[in-house]
Amino acid sequence: MELFLQSIVNGTIQSGFFALAAVGLVLIFGVMGVVNFAHGELVMVGAYTVWFLHAQHNTPFLITIVIAISLVTVIGMLMEKFLFRPMRDDPLGGLICSIGVLFILQVAATLVGGDGPSKQVPPPFEGTMVLFDFLRIPYQRLFSIAVSIAALGLLWHFLTHTKLGWALRAVSQDREAASLQGINSNRISMIAIAVGAAMAGLAGALMAPLTNINPHMGHNVIITAFIVTIVGGVGSLSGAVIASVLYALYHTFVTTYFNGTVATISGLLIMVLVLIIRPTGIMGHRVSE
Amino acid sequence: MPGTVIRKTVAIGILFIALAILPHFLKYHHQDFLIFLVINVLVVVSYRLVTLTGEWSLIHAVMMGVGAYGSALLSKQAGLSFWISFPLAGGIAAIVAALLCFPLFRMTQFYFLIGSFAAGEAIRLSWIHFIKPFGGTSGISAIPSPELLDIDFLEPIPYFYLVLIIVTICLFLLFRIEKSRIGLTLHAVHWKASLAESIGVNTWNYRSLAFITGSFFVGLAGALKVHYIGTVTPKQFDIGFMVFILIWVIVGGYRTFYGAILGAVVLSVLDEMFREFNELRPAIYGAILIFSILYLPAGLESLPQRLKRVFGRKDRQMERT
Repeated sequence: MELFLQSIVNGTIQSGFFALAAVGLVLIFGVMGVVNFAHGELVMVGAYTVWFLHAQHNTPFLITIVIAISLVTVIGMLMEKFLFRPMRDDPLGGLICSIGVLFILQVAATLVGGDGPSKQVPPPFEGTMVLFDFLRIPYQRLFSIAVSIAALGLLWHFLTHTKLGWALRAVSQDREAASLQGINSNRISMIAIAVGAAMAGLAGALMAPLTNINPHMGHNVIITAFIVTIVGGVGSLSGAVIASVLYALYHTFVTTYFNGTVATISGLLIMVLVLIIRPTGIMGHRVSE
Repeated sequence: MPGTVIRKTVAIGILFIALAILPHFLKYHHQDFLIFLVINVLVVVSYRLVTLTGEWSLIHAVMMGVGAYGSALLSKQAGLSFWISFPLAGGIAAIVAALLCFPLFRMTQFYFLIGSFAAGEAIRLSWIHFIKPFGGTSGISAIPSPELLDIDFLEPIPYFYLVLIIVTICLFLLFRIEKSRIGLTLHAVHWKASLAESIGVNTWNYRSLAFITGSFFVGLAGALKVHYIGTVTPKQFDIGFMVFILIWVIVGGYRTFYGAILGAVVLSVLDEMFREFNELRPAIYGAILIFSILYLPAGLESLPQRLKRVFGRKDRQMERT
């Protein structure tokens, strides 16, 4: 029972990272039609920034988070400007470009951090909150989930309550019609990738003290983001968030009671099943061609 | 027309002979490289068959692994000789592909891409998880090499000839398939799917056929590879290798048969030349990829034509002046 409750808590905290990473992927795919294969590497860059500045050079943690977000946002915007924009009508071309970026970012991380073992960042917030004598929540994790929720809330507010957010959703629904309404779709694409990359950078920065940091950590991130995106419904942000919570709980439980590989295999199989039975995901709706 | 056929046959013949002599002038290390290069040529050409219908799958590397694991298990556990386990490896890959057709070809485009990636990862992670037959992360080692008369296939040169002969036969078959009625239908399914359907072409069948046939040949390639190295691990067939296949095909040019081969050969040789940069290599690859997709979207194979056009224009200008 205690293990069960602890798993629920751990899963919920895990869902914050999943959601942050997946939301960016969904935004970029929705607005620009590009599958950003380098999205996991954006998260990795966020984590590396924290490792480099906080663990190596003693910069305060909160400042490194801001720097990580800014750096990843800039990388995302450069990708849009020089790669995705020229490839606008060629989704495969965009995908291939993002794979190129993936390689370059991995090598950059190796150059900064060296080839050795995975890096670790000592948690800036020490101590553990104990609830009911058996539920243990380290303050570091509490901080991460709080920030994740705040960021997702801000994003939701931006998309539903601001003009720019409406424009962004309009472009993701129908690029041409949005252009006819006078929306500058290139500008909106730039905003979409900036927001998406910022979320990825934040996810990486928050994850840094809680995970092993290495140049290839993006691989697991992108698999998770794909699963969450598909199960939630491609193009549906709320679907992605719901799916993140569900999948994080599922993954934590299977990892606790079996092991991590089983969790990922079965997660992938669930995703294939969803693709077969309900290709539009739990929150998506059919888009006519 | 017969003239060009003869010319082409002669050209291919010369190339074949040149390749057959080549390893004798190379160092041991480069002989290995040449064997893998020839195997990779089969990998990219079989991948092209799958992409003919316009669906870019991300499972091809894993299908290669299915053939590799199949042949390794058959020869080690069941004690079959290479000459039996090798064709069976292709068969196993084809059967697995046939089973995967049911879920995968319910999807197209983006969904197919992600779906094939997911199915591939699930298979690959199963190799890691089920240690009993597959050996986990360390895989299967001490896979026996082929036996024939007194030839020592542990040596690179005899094995190279074996690979060269088998790959040449496979390439010929793949070429014939593409030029056949089936191949033409595959093109039709890609470019005019609904028109093809309207005249009674079952696009699902043809997509599956291309996928199964491509998987058969890449399964053979996988078996060829592991019977030379002697070990098979899940790492050999991960998404990293899949990405290389994609890059070779796209940088070379996926619109023609030769483009894919060109891509694999040119990029592998470049990669070999950059060996001293070691950890920088993936970044160089990434940069080449980005540049070629931005500035040479039709691939390396379009380069001669482009040059001809540029220089042709100059000639004409000169004539005018």
